[in-house]
Amino acid sequence: MSVFNQSRKNVVILVFITMFIIIIGQLANLQLFSSGLSEAALAQGTFRKVIYPERGIVFDRNKNAILENTTTYDLMLTPNKLKGIDTFGICKILGIDTAQFKKKVVELIIKNGRARASVFEGLLSPDKMAMLNESMYLFAPAFFMQERSMRTYPYDAAANVLGYTSEVDTSFIRKHKDEGYAPGDYAGLTGIERSYEKVLMGQRGIEYWKRDNKNRLTEKLENGKYDTTQVAGQNLHTSLDIKLQELGEKLMQNKLGSIVAIDPKTGGILAMVSAPTYQPKYLTGAERKKHFSELYSNPALPLLNRTVNAEYSPGSTFKTLQALVGLHEGVIAPSFSVSCGGAFYGCGGGKPMKCLDYGTFNLRNAITVSDNTYFATVMQRVINNPKYSNADSSLNLDSSLAVWNRYMYAFGLGHKLGVDVPTERKGFIPTPAYFNKIYGSHKWNYCSFRSCSIGQGEVTTTPLQVANEMAYIANKGWYYTPHVVDSIDGGDKFELLKKYKIKNHPIDIADSVFDVVHDGMQGVLERGTGGNARVKGINICGKTGTVENYYRGKKQENHSFFCAFAPRENPKIAIMCVVENSGRFGGTYAAPIVGLMIEKYLKDSITDKGRLAKIESLAKLSLIPKKIYAEMRIQDSVRHAGDSAYLIAKGFIKIIKDTTGIDDDSEEEQAINKLVKEKQEKEKKDKEEEKKKIIKPEAILPNEKKKTIETDSLAKKDEEQPQ
Amino acid sequence: MYQQRNSSLVKGNDKVTIWLYAIIILIGLVCIYSVEYKSTDNFIQTLIGFKKNYSKQFFFFLACCVIGIFILLIDSKLFTATANLSYLIGIVLILATFVLGKEIKGSKSWIPLGFMNLQPVELCKIFTALALAKFISLQETDFTKPKSQAIAAAIAFSPAVLSILQGETGLALVYFSFLIPMYREGLPPGYLIAGFSMGVLLVVSLLFPTKTLVIAFTIIAALLIWLNKKQFRRNKSLLTIILSAWLFCTVFVWVLVPLVFTKVLKGYQADRIFSMVGKENPFLNKNNTVALTDAQEKEKKKKSEGQDYNVKQSKIAIGSGGFLGKGFLKGTQTQGDFVPEQHTDFIFTSVGENFGFWGTTILMLLYLALLLRIVFIAERQRSTFSRVYAYSVAAILFFHIVVNVCVTIGLAPVIGITLPLMSYGGSSLITFTILIFILIKLDADRQMVLR
Repeated sequence: MSVFNQSRKNVVILVFITMFIIIIGQLANLQLFSSGLSEAALAQGTFRKVIYPERGIVFDRNKNAILENTTTYDLMLTPNKLKGIDTFGICKILGIDTAQFKKKVVELIIKNGRARASVFEGLLSPDKMAMLNESMYLFAPAFFMQERSMRTYPYDAAANVLGYTSEVDTSFIRKHKDEGYAPGDYAGLTGIERSYEKVLMGQRGIEYWKRDNKNRLTEKLENGKYDTTQVAGQNLHTSLDIKLQELGEKLMQNKLGSIVAIDPKTGGILAMVSAPTYQPKYLTGAERKKHFSELYSNPALPLLNRTVNAEYSPGSTFKTLQALVGLHEGVIAPSFSVSCGGAFYGCGGGKPMKCLDYGTFNLRNAITVSDNTYFATVMQRVINNPKYSNADSSLNLDSSLAVWNRYMYAFGLGHKLGVDVPTERKGFIPTPAYFNKIYGSHKWNYCSFRSCSIGQGEVTTTPLQVANEMAYIANKGWYYTPHVVDSIDGGDKFELLKKYKIKNHPIDIADSVFDVVHDGMQGVLERGTGGNARVKGINICGKTGTVENYYRGKKQENHSFFCAFAPRENPKIAIMCVVENSGRFGGTYAAPIVGLMIEKYLKDSITDKGRLAKIESLAKLSLIPKKIYAEMRIQDSVRHAGDSAYLIAKGFIKIIKDTTGIDDDSEEEQAINKLVKEKQEKEKKDKEEEKKKIIKPEAILPNEKKKTIETDSLAKKDEEQPQ
Repeated sequence: MYQQRNSSLVKGNDKVTIWLYAIIILIGLVCIYSVEYKSTDNFIQTLIGFKKNYSKQFFFFLACCVIGIFILLIDSKLFTATANLSYLIGIVLILATFVLGKEIKGSKSWIPLGFMNLQPVELCKIFTALALAKFISLQETDFTKPKSQAIAAAIAFSPAVLSILQGETGLALVYFSFLIPMYREGLPPGYLIAGFSMGVLLVVSLLFPTKTLVIAFTIIAALLIWLNKKQFRRNKSLLTIILSAWLFCTVFVWVLVPLVFTKVLKGYQADRIFSMVGKENPFLNKNNTVALTDAQEKEKKKKSEGQDYNVKQSKIAIGSGGFLGKGFLKGTQTQGDFVPEQHTDFIFTSVGENFGFWGTTILMLLYLALLLRIVFIAERQRSTFSRVYAYSVAAILFFHIVVNVCVTIGLAPVIGITLPLMSYGGSSLITFTILIFILIKLDADRQMVLR
């Protein structure tokens, strides 16, 4: 009955083929020409999981681990398994109520979905951990514990040196765009955690996982073909002596100030104490945020690393350097003598600079008794040295002061030394350009800044610079840039340590010149103002300083300075100590602290009962200035307005991040002119702020510090010097 | 003939068809395996375990082999003899679902048999094909007469109507494919075009609002009249045809469809039909609309969003395969369960993702080869019965393949029908096996004249 010929068959075949061509055409469109679909598939079907390696461990000079990792646990929750769980029980352990519980669960669902485990409570405290461990079976499988590596500080010391890690914020990520940080990552924010972040963090691993429609990771993509494994962070070996550090922190309890001890042979920092300090473990773990705002709002500024981030007038410790300049310039000889008739009359009448010890002194004795008149005369001779006279006599001072500037710069002052602890400041050495600006072009002379000769006036230094100055004198003319980290396990791939291997030998000064200064400094301990630093059986060279200072124009109690190196014959430690606003003299508080530190380091332990008692009594001694207590009281009233919420509202919490995050510019050498400009701007700002009594957020920490510690150089120019 | 009977299992069977059949089933098994694959599974254990879908499908395949062999052993005459009876049984089974039906995925068209669920509408395709072949091959049937054509149409479309009443629109649409064998046997092409248009018309009338459609029809009609204005002098009936087609379409969407959905069908039936194409029922009573709770509204919205999601995910999975595909068991979309119903209606996506453009093209060419082979077989039959039956098989396969693949690649609205031989499911697999093996048996006995 095939009446209907081939034509109908052909029509049917044609219909079939046409439809299939249409389908294949659409397949070609989807599979060959729609790249968006592949991207969509990649985005929803795979997951890039970052594996964090363990951070590097930090050791002290005796191979004690002083910063390492420990395992803590996060409590994880998978919301869709929550049915039938003893909610009340878990709330009781975590110390929350059921309403908070529900709120948290909802937050997690919004953030991460129902099927995926999220952190319910991170970094569990040990007691919660213990309670949970006992009854975990009640809460499984919705809840489980997940391991996590956390920093731990075995010695409870050196918080300011070691620093802390914290979750990175958006501004950090923006700054370090190409380093692959993502929200939720941890990074070192202060201390050597910050400076050696690249080395300590190791290399993160990346795993590619498949994930399903409920956002669960199912298995590795192609058995880990594209994965990169993580590499653990490199360990750091520091020059710190953790026992010495602990002693230093003990001695500085209940005081403001700092101790810096350097091994002059290597530039390695032995101890770096900034008081008050805090327990380093405070800033790890679950309570971190709470502790942080407490520490931040403390008016004694425990988060400030005073050893590098505070600037003081160096006081009489500065005189040793003037002796070096005078001798090397040839304007004095060791036998050159000056009589102190009660004051320095080199600038005529007016307000003469007083000296305390009447008599005639040569250089050695002038150092020993810290004679102001002597060094005022020495510097006057340097500044008015005819050697540097110009055709235009008005430029004479410019060139001679520039010579003096170069000496100071060579001694490591007026610029950042380049230490590997962040937030280092430059200190200040006044230059001709600075004075031209202050007094008008060439309307100044030596008498305008004569107090600089005794370490007051415009000059400011950081404690680290003073300690380094001691190392320079101890070595008789050279120093290594001070640093905390000596070596890196597995090599210094980023050349972070390169600059610490270079010997700085800026000016050739004859050993004989140093010998004279050493003589004078040894005399300080044996006959002079530093007798309290004496240690039996060790020849110590030292120098006291009693630094006048002003806070908002009001004279404050003196800072007590002492710097030293020992033993004289073969220096192994160069050290300085400052106790802020302690009153009295440099020899009173700072000297015995230095003495104990030297004894501890050179003799390894202190056994003598008298000395041990001395440690205890010094540790108990409270020298915190009254103004700190006053500010604490003000803050207490602020705090009870609603502690951290209040701080956040006021923008304080953000400020902390801004100011502890150190600026990245590591330019060490900067034109002194520029420095002056900055200084002036800052001072101007300070004045404005004082008027308005408004604190600008980005300047809070430095300014606070400045007002607390720094001398107001303009205000006290012609004051007398006690020692 | 004598020899063939003795070794009917081996000789005379069309090996090309059997090979194509087996290859496509194996590809299907591989794809179902890739959908469920977890690297931790023990392959042999789970294959025998009858827990996973690919394991079940594997056993269905074994069952199909037995069924296939059994069919090859049957005398061909039995098919002609029982064609009408089986059709009757099929209709009764469909009617039985109204009473016994078990609801699976929103349609009550399943009869639970314990070890599997049977969908009579699916099975009834075979009986309809046989009955249609039987009717057309009757000596007293003159298929040029409209009366015979009407009876044939009634045979073909009655199960479809019943199926629509159950809410199984997808399977009902399959019955339109019987227009192809009818066309081959002499149905004027106008019916084929009309039938196809009806199908399209039905779908668009569900998809678009009535007003839009009427305006569209009017514009198309006006365009056609304007384009053909010169020919009207020679061929006066053309204008009439265009105008009547326009009138029919308009009446269909404006009067007929609302009438059927509001008066003939019950509310839930109408809802199901619309949900097949992912739409809300626009013909709901005003009173009912008010009574609709928020929850129901939400559920409906969710459902239509769900279907958008299905097609989107399906396109992502296929598109991400690229030219070469991601490789077997490497498809992230397939293993991440992103495509819903991937082992059944959306099995094609796993081919697209794992094997890419070359894989999908080869699969489509295999299907095309199977279809052309069946057409070739049909044309070499001496008996009308076998030819009509063969064309029916080709048409059913064609409709299933085209609609299913078009849904996955976004060329058709979401209509739930399976991809023949590939989709997971015993009901579908056994139906197609029976369809194809009856054809093979009839072909083996092509020397006989069957009526």
